[in-house]
Amino acid sequence: MFFIQLRDLFKSYGPVMALNGLNLKVPKGSLYGFLGPNGAGKSTALRIICTLLAPDSGHVEVGGLNVLLEEKETRRRLGYVAQDVAIDKILTGRELLQLQGDLYHLDKKHKKKRIEEMIQRLDMHEWIDRRCGSFSGGMKRRLDIATGLLHEPELLILDEPTVGLDIESRSVIWGLLKELRNNETTILLSSHYLEEVDELADEMAIIDKGKVIASGKPDDLKKELGGDRVTLRVREFSDEVEAESVRKLIKNINGVSNVMVNQKQGYSLNFLVQSNDVISNLSGHLSKENFEVFSLSHSRPSLDDVYLQATGKTLMDAELELAGKRDLKLENKKSMR
Amino acid sequence: MITTNPSLHKEKQHRNDLNEMFQETSALTWRLFIQLIRRPSTLFAGILQPLIWLFLFAALFSNAPIDFLPGGSSYGEFLGAGLIVFTAFSGALNAGLPLMFDREFGFLNRLLVAPLSSRSSIVISSVIYITSISLLQSFAIMTTSALLGYGWPSLGGFFLIAITLLLLVFAITGLSLGLAFVLPGHIELIAIIFIANLPVLFSSTALAPISFMPEWLGWIASINPLTFAIEPIRMAYSNSVDLNAVLINAPYGEVNGFSCLAVLLILTVALFFLIRPLLNRKLA
Repeated sequence: MFFIQLRDLFKSYGPVMALNGLNLKVPKGSLYGFLGPNGAGKSTALRIICTLLAPDSGHVEVGGLNVLLEEKETRRRLGYVAQDVAIDKILTGRELLQLQGDLYHLDKKHKKKRIEEMIQRLDMHEWIDRRCGSFSGGMKRRLDIATGLLHEPELLILDEPTVGLDIESRSVIWGLLKELRNNETTILLSSHYLEEVDELADEMAIIDKGKVIASGKPDDLKKELGGDRVTLRVREFSDEVEAESVRKLIKNINGVSNVMVNQKQGYSLNFLVQSNDVISNLSGHLSKENFEVFSLSHSRPSLDDVYLQATGKTLMDAELELAGKRDLKLENKKSMR
Repeated sequence: MITTNPSLHKEKQHRNDLNEMFQETSALTWRLFIQLIRRPSTLFAGILQPLIWLFLFAALFSNAPIDFLPGGSSYGEFLGAGLIVFTAFSGALNAGLPLMFDREFGFLNRLLVAPLSSRSSIVISSVIYITSISLLQSFAIMTTSALLGYGWPSLGGFFLIAITLLLLVFAITGLSLGLAFVLPGHIELIAIIFIANLPVLFSSTALAPISFMPEWLGWIASINPLTFAIEPIRMAYSNSVDLNAVLINAPYGEVNGFSCLAVLLILTVALFFLIRPLLNRKLA
C-alpha cells in the first residue's frame, strides 16, 4: 500500500521547469529517500505534498486523500520540516513547541505530555528554555524536527534535514528517524547526501531535471549496475580524443560494461567490471595500444555510481551544473506566499 | 439503538471549529505579545515620537495669536487630537511588518502547513495585536496631554475616541496587511510607510485647521481619512459631545460628526472587501 502517490506532476517557475512529469510512490510505513542535486525539484515536490504549493498539473495523494482537494485533512496527517529552519528567534524553544501544539489543536494535557516527550527524545532539556535566537544550527534543526513530530503525524516530510549539521545532531536525528520508521511512521526524506540515503532509506528515488530517473531499494539499485566500479586515468589530464580511444579499447574487453568518459573529471573513464581478473588483465590490454595506467581506483558500487549511470554525471557535477542555471531570487519570490 | 441527529452533529462540529479557531488565534496573538514584551523598543518609540511632537509643536506655536484656532483653544489642546490619531495611524500602518518578516523568514509556511481551523486566524491575531498596541499608545498620549494641562475627555467623549480610533485602526491595519502580501519584501513596505506617514499627517487637520491652509491643501485635508478621525476626537475633548454638530468646514460643504464616523466606517468596509480576495488568494 502506498501512502504517497504523485502522478504526472508539473510545476514551473517562469521559464524554469522545476517538475517535469514527476511520478512517485512511497510505501506506507517506509523511510523513503528522495535523492538529487540541489535544484533537481525535490523541494518543489515536497512543498506540493505539504499543500504549500499548487502544481501546474498532476495528481497528488497522501494517505488516500486528494491533497489538492482535501488540504486541511492532509495537513492534520503530516509533519513538515522545511529546508530552511523557520523558527521565531524571540520565543524560547518551549514556547515555540507550545505554539505548534496550539496550531495543531492539541489539548492542554496532551500538549504538555508531547512537549516533554520531544524534549526528552531529542535531548533538548538543557537549552529548551533559552530563546531560539541563541541556538546553534543543530539545536534549531532538532527543535524544528520536534515541532514537526509534536502532533504525531502519520507522515513526516523532511527537506534536507542534516545539511550543515554537527556530527552529534546528525546522529540524534538519524537515530530518531530509524526509531520512527520502526514505529510505522512514513518518512519522506529529501537529501543530496548519498551516505544519508544509503544508511537510512528502505527505498529511494533519484530525481533529475524534475522527474524520477531511477527508483527502488538502494542495494537493488547498486546491484543492478552489475559489478564493481572502476575509475581509470591513462594520464593526469587526458583530452577528449585520447579518452575516446581508451573507451573504444576497454568496451571490447570481456567482463567490462557501461564505459563512460567523465569529462568533468579530466576525461577519466568510469566502467563496471564483473570480477577482479578483469582488472588484473587491464594493464596488459592498455599497454598493447601504448597506454599506461596513471591511476586506477576500484570500489563497490555506491549510489553515486547509480546516479552516474542514470545521468552520465556525478551528483557533485550535477549540482555545480545546476547551481549556475538556477534563478534563486525568482524561485524564492514564486514560492513566497 | 443509536440515532444521530445531523443538526446536532453540525452544531457540535461548528462549536469545535470555533474552539479550534480561538485556540490558534489566541496562540498567534500571544506570540506577538511575547515579541513585544521582549523587544519593547517599537512600543516606546511609538509613544515617544508623538510626545516629542507634542512638546515641540506646542512650544513652537505657543505665541500664536489667540484667534488662530477655532474656539480659542490653546495649540497644545488643538494638537492633542491630531497626535492621538497620528499615533494610532502609524501603529496600524506598521501592522504588516511582522507578517512580512514571517513571509520572508519562512515562518508563515509553518502556519500554512498547520491544519488551522481558519487561516483568517493569522490576520485576526495581527489585528487584535495592532489594535491593542495602538489603543495603548494613544492612551499614553492622552494621559501625557492631560498631565500637561490639555484636558481629558468626558465618558461619552472617551467612547467616541475609542470608536473613532478602532475604525481608523481596522482600516489602516487591513491596508497594511494587504500590502504585506502584495509587496516583494520588507524594504518596499518600509519605504511605503515612510512615504505615507508624514505627508498624510501634514495634509490633515492634525497640525492646523483647514481655515489656515491654502485652498488646494484644504481640499486634500478635507478628504484625508485622518481628518475624519481627528475632528471627532477633537470634539470629544470639548465639553459637549454632539455628533450632529458640524466638525469640518470643507470646501465642498459642512461635515458633521456622524458623517465623519460614516466615512471611516465606509473606508474600513471598502478596504476589507478590497483586501479580502487578496488574502483569500494568498492564504488559500
